[in-house]
Amino acid sequence: MQSDLPLYPEQASNFAANVDALMVYITAICAFFAIAITATVIYFFFKYRRKDPGEVGVPIHGDMRLETAWIVVPLLLALTMFGWGAVVYVDYRRAPMDTLDIYVIGKQWMWKVQQPTGLREINELHVPVGRNVKLILASEDVIHDFSVPAFRVKMDVVPGHYNTMWFRPTRAGRYHFFCQQYCGTNHAIMGGWVTVMEPMEYAAWLSGSSDATANPVAAGEKLFVEKACTTCHLPNGRGRAPSLNGLYGAKVLFADGSTVTADDAYIRESILNPQAKIVAGYQPLMPSFQGQLTEEQIIDLTSYIKSLQSQPVPATGSGVAPATGNK
Amino acid sequence: MPREHYLNATYGIRSWLLTTDHKRIALLYLASVTFFFFIGGAFATMIRIHLLTPKGFLVTPETYNKLFTMHGVAMIFFFLIPSIPAVLGNFLLPIMIGAKDLAFPKVNLLSWYIYLIGGGFVLYSFSTGGLDTGWTFYTPLSSVYSNSAVTPAVLGVFINGFSSILTGLNFIVTVHTMRAPGMTWFRLPLFVWAQYATSIIFILGTPVIAITLLLAGMERMFHLGFFNPQLGGDPILFQHLFWFYSHPAVYIMILPAMGVISEIIPTFARKPIFGYSFIAGSSIAIAVIGFFVWAHHMFVTGESTYAALTFSLLSYLVAIPSAVKVFNWTSTLYKGSISWDTPMLYALGFLGLFLIGGLTGLFLACLGLDIHLHDTYFVIAHFHYIMVGGAVMGYMGGLHFWWPKITGKLYPEFLARVAAVTLFLGFNLTFFPQFILGYLGMPRRYSSYPPEFQVLNVMSTAGASILALGYLLPMIYLVWSMRYGAVAGPNPWPATGLEWQTASPPLTENFDVTPEVTWEPYDYDNRPDLGLAIKGAPTLAHGDD
Repeated sequence: MQSDLPLYPEQASNFAANVDALMVYITAICAFFAIAITATVIYFFFKYRRKDPGEVGVPIHGDMRLETAWIVVPLLLALTMFGWGAVVYVDYRRAPMDTLDIYVIGKQWMWKVQQPTGLREINELHVPVGRNVKLILASEDVIHDFSVPAFRVKMDVVPGHYNTMWFRPTRAGRYHFFCQQYCGTNHAIMGGWVTVMEPMEYAAWLSGSSDATANPVAAGEKLFVEKACTTCHLPNGRGRAPSLNGLYGAKVLFADGSTVTADDAYIRESILNPQAKIVAGYQPLMPSFQGQLTEEQIIDLTSYIKSLQSQPVPATGSGVAPATGNK
Repeated sequence: MPREHYLNATYGIRSWLLTTDHKRIALLYLASVTFFFFIGGAFATMIRIHLLTPKGFLVTPETYNKLFTMHGVAMIFFFLIPSIPAVLGNFLLPIMIGAKDLAFPKVNLLSWYIYLIGGGFVLYSFSTGGLDTGWTFYTPLSSVYSNSAVTPAVLGVFINGFSSILTGLNFIVTVHTMRAPGMTWFRLPLFVWAQYATSIIFILGTPVIAITLLLAGMERMFHLGFFNPQLGGDPILFQHLFWFYSHPAVYIMILPAMGVISEIIPTFARKPIFGYSFIAGSSIAIAVIGFFVWAHHMFVTGESTYAALTFSLLSYLVAIPSAVKVFNWTSTLYKGSISWDTPMLYALGFLGLFLIGGLTGLFLACLGLDIHLHDTYFVIAHFHYIMVGGAVMGYMGGLHFWWPKITGKLYPEFLARVAAVTLFLGFNLTFFPQFILGYLGMPRRYSSYPPEFQVLNVMSTAGASILALGYLLPMIYLVWSMRYGAVAGPNPWPATGLEWQTASPPLTENFDVTPEVTWEPYDYDNRPDLGLAIKGAPTLAHGDD
């Protein structure tokens, strides 16, 4: 239980205990040095206080062994802090494979959240306890930052990029989330609540709030026709652009011989900046859709493209790299 | 017939506004940075009053955002950066090396006018709509979305940069070419080493911030897409460029204060500084390594894991030279003859506060912790411990230490000690609770906050009111002492530096005859001219161990 004046926030994710342990370690080392040095200085102030107006100190110019010691010892201690911090950080940055993917869009000054089913929330985020959750973060305008102190997680939400973060909630409850990158007038109220629910409750909540549920796949399919993507991206692979069937999650081969796994960020880049990566065997003909789509529409299109994962992939013209076995 | 010195050599407003005397220019800077300090301080006071209640009771969110932005811009660019170099450095650097003036006296005056023009633009921005971008001017908020007076502010900071560059250039050339006979590099006072290291950063870093802010201003005015992704720019590029200067700028603020402390401690312990070459060398190490740590401000922007690992490691390396200084200062006190005069109290305060500020930097350099701590009040507390606890305490200590030299008068010692202790206590009460607030997750730059954070905020505001009193007190008695203070004499402490060999206040040319240096720095044991009991004085028997 938290006291009235707590020293640390609640621990509600897989990261919290690790981060707090690291905090205790560094605090212990720093407190030791702070107290030892301060006590020494104060002791010297009293012990060597001037007794006679004409008195001078004992001339001591230095000591090489001491200098070496207080370079080497702090350096070694600092390296342990670096090392432990690095281990925790790599954990933060490596999301597991089996995540529940939720889109979060920041705009001045609200958060829009889209659950995997298409259910949309505003300034609220519902997640099941014990499940690995990945947030895919996008901004409509300035830089924001999505932060949940009880989870010890934080990531900037940068316009023009997708950033991602992951966590596994470990305790049901309601926790603050904040915008933690200054974003203008109403920055301080650009926050909300994360609700961590038991998996059964979460499932019931998802199916129970159908009135707010949009259908991102249908919306994406509509956009796909409206924006004339269908003219070139024919499903049979005979168009001027590769078929998108089976694209999501597959490895794509580019004209320069490099490959990339098609994820949200790749699809987003290909829509907004199609010249960045050219699929092998195709001409750089596609126009940019920069400024013509909102972040939500891009997510709809991505959802539609994801839904094509199950469609039959044509033998040629898919853009997907042939599985040669070597990575 | 009073003795002639730099203050009474000529009279009239022209003799000040057209002066090329580094000492008078230092006083011009003293007046102008004090002006900005009180502006920035007034904003800070309003911020703290506003945060007494969770909803905020003084101003609207929009005004609050302007208050913290203008507090940062005034304090950083127009007070902290110029404070010690342009006031104390300007006054002391030539005298400390036995020179008549800086290498380029007219350029020195030009620096001050550039500072005034830059300051004028910024004041214009403050008074015509204000500025609400945060002092960091992050894009695309500053370059596209903000409705406040961003353009004059970035122009002001851009212009002001040239003042820093010229001062740095002047200092470097002066130290290289104008040292008195016998003043070898390793006889230089450590204050001069610190100014030299700072000048390196001025010259290498300032052009980068200048061009970065100019690019942001051009994006705002002419819609050129440097940083705005909708125009093909990259907002993260701005942060790289901004912090490439603004992290070293932290060392611009703290290095000169370290230089002051390195003068005060041996003087008031009356013994040579422990590890002179390590203190001097660590200043240069900080200036150099400080250029390679900037991206530790960007651990949560989505930068690559390898970049994050590299910058975290380098950030730990830059902590080591600061630790070396602290250990050497502490060791200097050993077997000293320590007086508790006001400058020494400030040095003691500096040691305690800089220690906490520096050590909490280790938390933020730690990748695994920075994710949770980033952009919370922990960061606010950390850098205020460095900049106020370190840089301002150093500045106040230096101002008291050299006040008798600058004005020829002594300040009232008792009041000065009261002020030093008040500042120390008020500071800790203001900022220590913010470390806890930060770990609890309270974000910075919030005009309102969840109610569970209130108790710690009230403590912080209480501390700030004590702190404000602590700053008003020296303002009053220092001004009072200029007229009514006791006459100081050339060397009241006594101290060993060349600046104490000349009259107080010094004459315009600093010295009657160019001094010749035959002693090592802080060498109390070989300075019979100071009139102290040297060489195995019987009084030392007290310090037996």
